[in-house]
Amino acid sequence: MKTKNRILITGNEACGEGAIQAGCRFYAGYPITPQNELTAYMSKRMDETGGVFIQAESELAAINMVFGASVAGARAITTSSSPGISLKQEGISYLAGCELPAVIVNIMRGGPGLGNIAPSQADYFQATKGGGHGDYHCTVLAPASCQEMMDLTRTAFDIADKYRSPVIILGDGILGQMMEAVEINQKSRAKKQKSKPWALTGCKGRKPNKIRSLLLKDGELEDLNRRLQKKYELIKKNETRLEQYKTEDAKIIIAAYGTSGRIAKACVDRLREKKIKAGLFRPISLWPFPYKALRKLGTGSTKFLVVEMSTGQMVEDVRLAVQNDKKVSFYGRTGGGIPSEEEIMEKALSLK
Amino acid sequence: MEKIIFKKPNSMKDALTHYCAGCGHGIIHRLVCEVIDELGIREKVIAVAPVGCAVIAYDYWNFDTTEAAHGRTPAVATGIKRVYPEKVVFTYQGDGDLAAIGTAETIHAANRGENITVIFVNNGVYGMTGGQMAPTTIVGQRTTTTKKGRDLKRDGFPLKISEMIAILEGAKYIERTAVSSPKEILRTKRAIKKAFEIQIKNEGFSMVEVLSMCPTYWGMSPEDSCKRIEKDIQKVYPLGVLKG
Ligand SMILES: Cc1ncc(C[n+]2csc(CCOP(=O)(O)OP(=O)(O)O)c2C)c(N)n1
Repeated sequence: MKTKNRILITGNEACGEGAIQAGCRFYAGYPITPQNELTAYMSKRMDETGGVFIQAESELAAINMVFGASVAGARAITTSSSPGISLKQEGISYLAGCELPAVIVNIMRGGPGLGNIAPSQADYFQATKGGGHGDYHCTVLAPASCQEMMDLTRTAFDIADKYRSPVIILGDGILGQMMEAVEINQKSRAKKQKSKPWALTGCKGRKPNKIRSLLLKDGELEDLNRRLQKKYELIKKNETRLEQYKTEDAKIIIAAYGTSGRIAKACVDRLREKKIKAGLFRPISLWPFPYKALRKLGTGSTKFLVVEMSTGQMVEDVRLAVQNDKKVSFYGRTGGGIPSEEEIMEKALSLK
Repeated sequence: MEKIIFKKPNSMKDALTHYCAGCGHGIIHRLVCEVIDELGIREKVIAVAPVGCAVIAYDYWNFDTTEAAHGRTPAVATGIKRVYPEKVVFTYQGDGDLAAIGTAETIHAANRGENITVIFVNNGVYGMTGGQMAPTTIVGQRTTTTKKGRDLKRDGFPLKISEMIAILEGAKYIERTAVSSPKEILRTKRAIKKAFEIQIKNEGFSMVEVLSMCPTYWGMSPEDSCKRIEKDIQKVYPLGVLKG
């Protein structure tokens, strides 16, 4: 029976359950609000499933334990919130350079600095434009519900393994802590994992494997970077994800992701009630950003309103896609502020 | 009949190392490889190389090896070992890697009783970056960042991290040895073997600190470097079993 597979859980727990469903049996993390439920959940679930749970001494240690687990070929995850994610950046760069799969979850809170523990979307630049050093990208997925927290986390492991590349789940404090009914997808559990002949397992019956990002010989590192770029082109082609809601005839298109996207969706309906043709463009993959889909939208007179819980980060990608700055407006709240429907409506109506 | 009295261990690739004349890393690499051969574990070993002079150890070692970010070596080893408890996992780290940038990872891996082996090469300087002060540099020692010699007031005390780790309940076996003479080299080999055996018996964290020469950044001949270990360095870092 279908109802049997529906459970009421928080977004943080849904994310953890998605990892378990993906066959992830390695978790390392360090406590930080607003994602503590996730760490606690993993502690319980790893025990139940015979996996590894380590409360690490820091986020630095946690990401590098995940690096080690990935070196050994395991599906591994670490989760944190903004300040902790800053600490993980060196490790994420090493994962990208060593071409290792891993999933990193950022339940964003207000920054900069210690900031506050209220929800935020101010780590968009960090997640999508690099974050650590070097020429690399992480695939970045942005859920907007507890269901997506689960489903996208599960998907994240497949993407990470397929491209041998780190994947970030970018949520926020609201998504992490709210509760919703979630449908558990039983089928996906059986999904077979890709074999990993590159992993370090002891060199029995084969030549030793080595994993490294240090490439000192002439041209070697440039070659790696070219190869990474090719991989990123493939990811752009195959893994761009988005939701469009009533955009076909829209004159005002609100572009927003995650929690902001959800609030904006309600605004679209309210604007439609007022006979204003509004639509929602919600990127689900923030990297790769759905530039092409966005570029195709609207006619000459269509206006775009970007809504974020930041002072304006994704808006830069929207401008790149639309290629007409006059058509792109922005509304944002920052430092833990959440845009209300009324504020978004007011801004949308002012564009008319 | 000819009798083989010297050969490269199976665990060692047939390569010339990049190490400077008189450097201890080459000796210690070889000892590790001999022990791995003798224990018959080459195909179960997974090694973690540091950031430091030994960063390309995987070009010399004939078994599975990964790099790790500077100092995060024991965290990476922890991840591997927890995935594969039945494999033999070891880190090879310099004093900067282990006792400065990676202090937290080292202490917590030991304190968790992580069943890994750490080969800790104490040469008293940062070799790879050109001979700066290390946490282990002894008082008065000149380096590129202590031109007048390590000054207690400005630079603090040499860090005796093995003594610190020895008091942790999770640490099973901690020994300090040297590679400054054939006799000490043999002792070092015995200590490395014991450390691996402890891991194989699932007894917990084992570490061998090896006092090693860096003639290049000590500014002396290989021979004088060996003498310096016996005369000066061992006064600060006495040899022996600290735990086990
Ligand atoms: C995060 C980071 N900081 C600094 C460096 C530069 N660095 C490379 S090796 C090293 C010190 C190595 O010294 P040690 O660990 O004592 O090993 P040795 O080279 O003497 O064998 C430093 C500071 C780096 N690679 N990464």
